Amino acid sequence: MLDKIKEFASEFFVTGDPLILGAQVSIALSLVAIIFTLTFFKKWKWLWTEWLTSVDHKKIGIMYIIASILMLFRGGVDALLMRVQLAAPELEFLHPEHYNQIFTTHGVIMILFMAMPLMFGLFNIVVPLQIGARDVAFPFLNSLSFWMFFFGAMLFNVSFIIGGSPDAGWLAYPPLSELSGSPGLGQDFYIWGIQISGIGSLATGINFVVTILKMRAPGMKLMQMPMFVWSVLSSCITIMFAFPILTVTLFLLFLDRYLGAHFFTLDGGGNPMMYINLIWMWGHPEVYIVILPAFGIFSEVVSAFSKKKLFGYKSMVFALMSISFFSFFTWAHHFFTMGSGANVNAFFALTTMLIAIPTGVKVFNWLFTMYRGRIKFTTPMMWTVAFIPCFVVGGMTGVLLSVAPADFQFHNSYFLIAHFHQVLIGGVVFGYFAGLYYWWPKMFGFRLHEGLGKWAFWFWNIGFYVCFMPQYALGLMGMTRRVNEYDFDMGWQPLNVISTVGAFLMGLAFIFQVWQIAHSIKFYKKEKDGDAWDGRTLEWSIPSPAPLYNFARLPQVTHQDDWWEEKQRIAAGGAPKPLAPLEPIHMPKNSGIPFIMSVCWFTAGFGFVWDWKWMIVTGLAGVAVCMLARSFSYDTDYYIPVDEIERTEAALRGTK
Amino acid sequence: MAHAVTAHTGAHGGHGAGHGGGHHDDHHDQESMKQFGFWLFLITDVILFGTLFATFVVLRLNTDGGPTGAELIELNGIIISTFLLLTSSFTSGVAVLEMHKGNKRGLILWLAITALLGASFIYLEVTEFIHLVHEGANIGTSAYWSAFFTLVGTHGLHVSVGLVWMVALMLQISRRGITPVTKRKVNIISLYWHFLDVVWIFVFTIVYLMGVM
Amino acid sequence: MEQHNAHGHESHESHGSMKSYVIGFLLSIVLTIIPLVLVMNDMLSKKATTAIILVMAVLQFAVQLIFFMHLREEQKPRYNLMALIFGLVILLTIVAGSIWIMTYNAIG
Repeated sequence: MLDKIKEFASEFFVTGDPLILGAQVSIALSLVAIIFTLTFFKKWKWLWTEWLTSVDHKKIGIMYIIASILMLFRGGVDALLMRVQLAAPELEFLHPEHYNQIFTTHGVIMILFMAMPLMFGLFNIVVPLQIGARDVAFPFLNSLSFWMFFFGAMLFNVSFIIGGSPDAGWLAYPPLSELSGSPGLGQDFYIWGIQISGIGSLATGINFVVTILKMRAPGMKLMQMPMFVWSVLSSCITIMFAFPILTVTLFLLFLDRYLGAHFFTLDGGGNPMMYINLIWMWGHPEVYIVILPAFGIFSEVVSAFSKKKLFGYKSMVFALMSISFFSFFTWAHHFFTMGSGANVNAFFALTTMLIAIPTGVKVFNWLFTMYRGRIKFTTPMMWTVAFIPCFVVGGMTGVLLSVAPADFQFHNSYFLIAHFHQVLIGGVVFGYFAGLYYWWPKMFGFRLHEGLGKWAFWFWNIGFYVCFMPQYALGLMGMTRRVNEYDFDMGWQPLNVISTVGAFLMGLAFIFQVWQIAHSIKFYKKEKDGDAWDGRTLEWSIPSPAPLYNFARLPQVTHQDDWWEEKQRIAAGGAPKPLAPLEPIHMPKNSGIPFIMSVCWFTAGFGFVWDWKWMIVTGLAGVAVCMLARSFSYDTDYYIPVDEIERTEAALRGTK
Repeated sequence: MAHAVTAHTGAHGGHGAGHGGGHHDDHHDQESMKQFGFWLFLITDVILFGTLFATFVVLRLNTDGGPTGAELIELNGIIISTFLLLTSSFTSGVAVLEMHKGNKRGLILWLAITALLGASFIYLEVTEFIHLVHEGANIGTSAYWSAFFTLVGTHGLHVSVGLVWMVALMLQISRRGITPVTKRKVNIISLYWHFLDVVWIFVFTIVYLMGVM
Repeated sequence: MEQHNAHGHESHESHGSMKSYVIGFLLSIVLTIIPLVLVMNDMLSKKATTAIILVMAVLQFAVQLIFFMHLREEQKPRYNLMALIFGLVILLTIVAGSIWIMTYNAIG
């Protein structure tokens, strides 16, 4: 009996690596600590009623952001481990196998479990407030999306200590990712982790498209929406059309591995190239999905801190929407070297160059917005200003890569690595940081310490250039991606050492940010006014943090930047708009179903990974029961009575 | 699609300008928003099936020396299934008409007929799959058969989910009658059903008809 | 404020009539039988048959959209129609793009 348990445990848990053992111990300890704290302070009920079952978009947004910052930490540690290995390959800090796992999980986590949820967090918090709505279109579905993401991410991450991590690269190209190439369980964790969270992302996409099209405050025309809302719309439309492709592609890979199908295998008539074709049909739009909202954030920030209306609003809208459309026509540039013939390569090279044009338009719009503005260099503005040159360089190296014949040289080299990190860090990460700093007071009702934020800013920026500029050179010198060692004779070591130093500077920057948050909480100072930055859009017209129902009265919108126009009008001596009488507010009830259903998905996914039939059946049956339970429940909403709104408003605005 | 924009609010007449007006407005907006959301979901399902079709078309010749579709497919059963599903798409429309007449029993009856037709479709599909497996073609036989079973099976899975959903809906209607909420649900499932019929037309044309040519 | 007006006044119902369902049903049957007859009897060349049966399938799709799903009766702004068109463009891109790219990589 004991032997059996021992044997099972040695298969179940990842063993034999001191680094992973350390992680296992620390995860076990922190779990114990969390459970102890929650029990000691009797917070279980609070956690369940206030957070786990909440359908409030603001709370869901905060949970997304917390999860994504934890994931940023894990993805970042992966990156640092890789850089240590590459700075001194002769030390063999990481086993080759472990190195493969780490570059795989780094990529997956950073894109799917860091960038996506951070983006969804900002969508959730900001979009309803900016369009003057009380929640998203489908609050229940929104909660389900979050928990699907969360448990998908957990399923992926658990592979680190149980069963073994995936190691076939972040997009898991077959035949390596097939059973023949990856017989371990890591690849199954990969498939199910991404699949479950991907369904959540798809639902979020639909949810926000409907929210934006159907739930704007009375009077707000499409062409009066804040630019961030436009960027969310374009991003979510892209999600709607791209994510089903991912779902299918991963499902087919799963069928290959689980049922012995032959879609992408080398035998049985399968074609691995088809996987690459399909995954990039999702993968290319995916990078636009994460960058478009960043463009929206920069537009908001630049206009707020230049005290000017955004320059070229219409061209900006046009640029966002056309990027969203054209992003579906460039996918083959990820595999020019596959040998699809000159016509295919020429077509996709041209579309790739074409899509750089609307992107360039936006850069000029931001510059002209700043031109002759009264610029205030707050932290959100600094991230925006730093983004512009960084993204321009990253974009131009991208255009270099889009030249198909030249790409045969750059393909899979460190030049490519440097390029996409420059657009993803310089664009996406900088953008989301700008957004986090900008909307932080709105989310939590207090400001972040500016001084520490500036330290973090400088460390991030200097670290970024020190880390990635040498990688362009390394790529041209012939260093390919995913190598874990090289000979000293290659002459790559000095630049690699510099690059590693840069990576650690960024790690230091992250510590500054954690310190900044901790410091700001310790010296908590409640925001007296909801309008932290003298903002322009509706979210700044209500208290921080916003009450449950956001707007006691739905705003009547007449202008673009309506809140700013209103403030100007009152400053010029105009009378404030008369207040309409309060009415009961219709709100959705909290529900435990999304959480439970996602746990069931996790169970089913875990069962599929280990091929434990009883667990698969239990999980899927649970999912079905949850869906039916939801279908049969009719008591899903309630009204907040007027006197309760009056009390809340008086308490929130009384201090003013 | 008019289903999505005509969720009726019953006796409630004039609406206010915004959606913050009265209780009825909230409800009305919610139902029409849910139908729009479902329409968008169907569009994502179009992409899902599109990807499966693309895979099938690309791999259609990859039989790896094994049996081909033309050798094993028997069109007779497929023709019957096609007309079954086509008719069920029509009957689900009749159910919606009955609903708008306010005829609860007619609504349930026509939904039941639709579900029966759908169940017969699934029965025939399962029979066909068993037949194919006996003939030596399963999902692991070759790339062609992997793509075949996945595409046809995914459609069948959608129909099966629709059946469970339809039964659940009939129970809800018999308990609660025709309300704005159950109306919206019937509209949505009938849309779903028409959609599945459309997908089947393409499965029928591309997989079966072009397969036996 | 387009969409608030759009669902702000719905005195008329536009969920189709028995007539439209019957017409749609009959058209669908005809559009199913034509390709069947063509294929079962090998009446035309392979290319021509393929083209015709694909056209029939597309027509039948249109029939379902118009007579069963009442797409034409949508009120402005026609988000349903726009979403559908965009979806179909992407669908065609996926299918045609895959075929084009993969012709150079055919294994089998």
